[in-house]
Amino acid sequence: MATEVEETIKRIQAHKGVMGVVIVNHEGIPIKSSLDNATSVLYSGLISQLTEKARNVVREMDSTNELTFLRVRSRRHEILIAPDREFILIVIQNTSD
Amino acid sequence: MDKQEKTEITYEYTRRRKYFGKQTLFEDHGPEMLVSIPCNPALYKNYILRNPVNVAIQNTGTMSEHWVNSVRAEYTTSGINHVEGGWPKDINMNDPEACQRYRRKIEKDDAYIHAVMHLGHSMEHNILQNNAVDMYQTYYSELPSIPPVERSSCHTVNVYREPGTRRPIRSLSWQAEGARLASAHADIDFMRNNRSLQFSYIWDIENANAPELIIKPPQPLLDLQYNPRDQHILVGGMLNGQVGCWDMRKGGEPVGICPPHVAHRDLVRNVLFVHSKTGSEFISSSPDGVVKWWDIRSMNEPTDSMIIDLVKLPSETQSIDRALGISALEYESTIPTRFMVGTETGLVIGGNRKGKTPLEKLPTKYEAHLGPVYALQRNPTFLKNFLTVGDWTARVWSEDCRESSILWTYSHSTKLTDGAWNPIRFSLMLVTQWNGCLSCWDLLRRRSAPIVTAQLCDEPLLKVRPHEGGLLVACGSSKGTIYLAELSQNLGTADKNDKQLLTHILERENKRERILEARMRELRLKMRQDRDGNQLTPEADPAVNDRDLEEATTEYMQMVSELQAQQKSL
Repeated sequence: MATEVEETIKRIQAHKGVMGVVIVNHEGIPIKSSLDNATSVLYSGLISQLTEKARNVVREMDSTNELTFLRVRSRRHEILIAPDREFILIVIQNTSD
Repeated sequence: MDKQEKTEITYEYTRRRKYFGKQTLFEDHGPEMLVSIPCNPALYKNYILRNPVNVAIQNTGTMSEHWVNSVRAEYTTSGINHVEGGWPKDINMNDPEACQRYRRKIEKDDAYIHAVMHLGHSMEHNILQNNAVDMYQTYYSELPSIPPVERSSCHTVNVYREPGTRRPIRSLSWQAEGARLASAHADIDFMRNNRSLQFSYIWDIENANAPELIIKPPQPLLDLQYNPRDQHILVGGMLNGQVGCWDMRKGGEPVGICPPHVAHRDLVRNVLFVHSKTGSEFISSSPDGVVKWWDIRSMNEPTDSMIIDLVKLPSETQSIDRALGISALEYESTIPTRFMVGTETGLVIGGNRKGKTPLEKLPTKYEAHLGPVYALQRNPTFLKNFLTVGDWTARVWSEDCRESSILWTYSHSTKLTDGAWNPIRFSLMLVTQWNGCLSCWDLLRRRSAPIVTAQLCDEPLLKVRPHEGGLLVACGSSKGTIYLAELSQNLGTADKNDKQLLTHILERENKRERILEARMRELRLKMRQDRDGNQLTPEADPAVNDRDLEEATTEYMQMVSELQAQQKSL
């Protein structure tokens, strides 16, 4: 099972344009990351807060609804955020070819 | 406020000790008058009785004032430096070993594994989506923009009315590089007894109130043309057959008039400048059937003349009795020695000035219309094609097709009076009608109907002259009014493909006519041979020599076989 996780993460990293993968737990600790520690910590802190905010937004609008995916597209790259109860999977992908 | 202390009334006394204890004996003591102050009547004068007495009283609720403030919360703004957080208390953040251990522990957690698998799946979907299509690109930016739907229009921008009596306009001419319009007015009524002077005018198009210059010809002018080389010189043809020339700088009187004995025998219907080294030569034509060449500098006699009489045999000489009256004259400065005349019988005859024999002088003839040819003009870009206007149709001809025109408009219900090509948009023909309409025919857009018809006025429009810029058109009416119309932009400009397309169209029509001509010829030949039925000469197949027919057949068969091949491959 653990190997499957490794495989999945490796597969994701192998996709075209993917610059980095970070897995963050609900406390904000980067569990797995392909970037250096400083960047991972930066991402985890900022994105956890953003995810929480987004989750609240979706919940407030419609209480039966919930956040499934979040994409932050910027000029240089796109940050794809997949939130879960406990963990958050973050992928940074380069969109401009 | 402190209460005032009550002053106690005390009486202090001292007694010797040995006298203590004795009962104090109080006894009544009568009031003792201490002071008696009698009233002093002398002071009454200083006082008066106060009446009424004003006393202010108030009956309101008594209120008291007391102020309160809530307990203040103290705030301070200060920054926090978050370096890293979230680690459980027992792990030292800076110890990488401990962190790693903690991480590994979480990685082994079931929830972690499930979460990553689940999230990874949706994440991959989005990553692939991103790679597949760039959602936010500007689509269709590399496609060329479709040209907007063409809206053609034509509307009057200015009206120039003749001051004084209103006489029909016989000719209009634009100044070569200026903004002036010369109009010749003449009322041709041979029954009139008194011939008062009839003027013609030069208008500045900016000023519609009054003409800039009044031309005073001794006889009414039937045609007035600007010299394309010299902006100030004009020549005109008059009602009695004379021609004269005017100089705008010298006023309205003619600078020179030809003497009557060398003039035409009938009114001069057309004058036109020709190409020459000095730029001062022009030709004139009239219904008496003669075309004369003149030089401005010496108007005493024409430099040359030609009788428009079509002769069949080279031995015959041309005679003025049989000459055909001329109603239209055409000259293109790029083909110097040739000119064309349109006759009152409906023929268009090409002329060559340098011809020696009568046959050479009038080499080509086209049977154009059923009535007089009112207008004749070569297309400025396609010199082989010319426009004629007569009877109720306007026709486009090609020089090599003698039998018939290659393109023609339908027969209008009103008479067509004049036509011209637009100098910039060479596929546009402007035609004026007897009912006051100006219609524009664009050969590239529609050949069954005009693309724009504008009703400029109620009276018949007699003349039309487009400005060399291509957007303005001057139309003259029978009441002496000139209407300056402006065409919409798309009618005044030519695209880069237009020349090619128009060449194709003209070529195609030309080919068609030639094929028809050839067919007619063979039919006629056959008929003639059937008539002289005796000599049955073996007739060669007339179609053998017909290049056009062969070309067309091979092209057609080729296209058909190509299409068939395409169909099979599909």
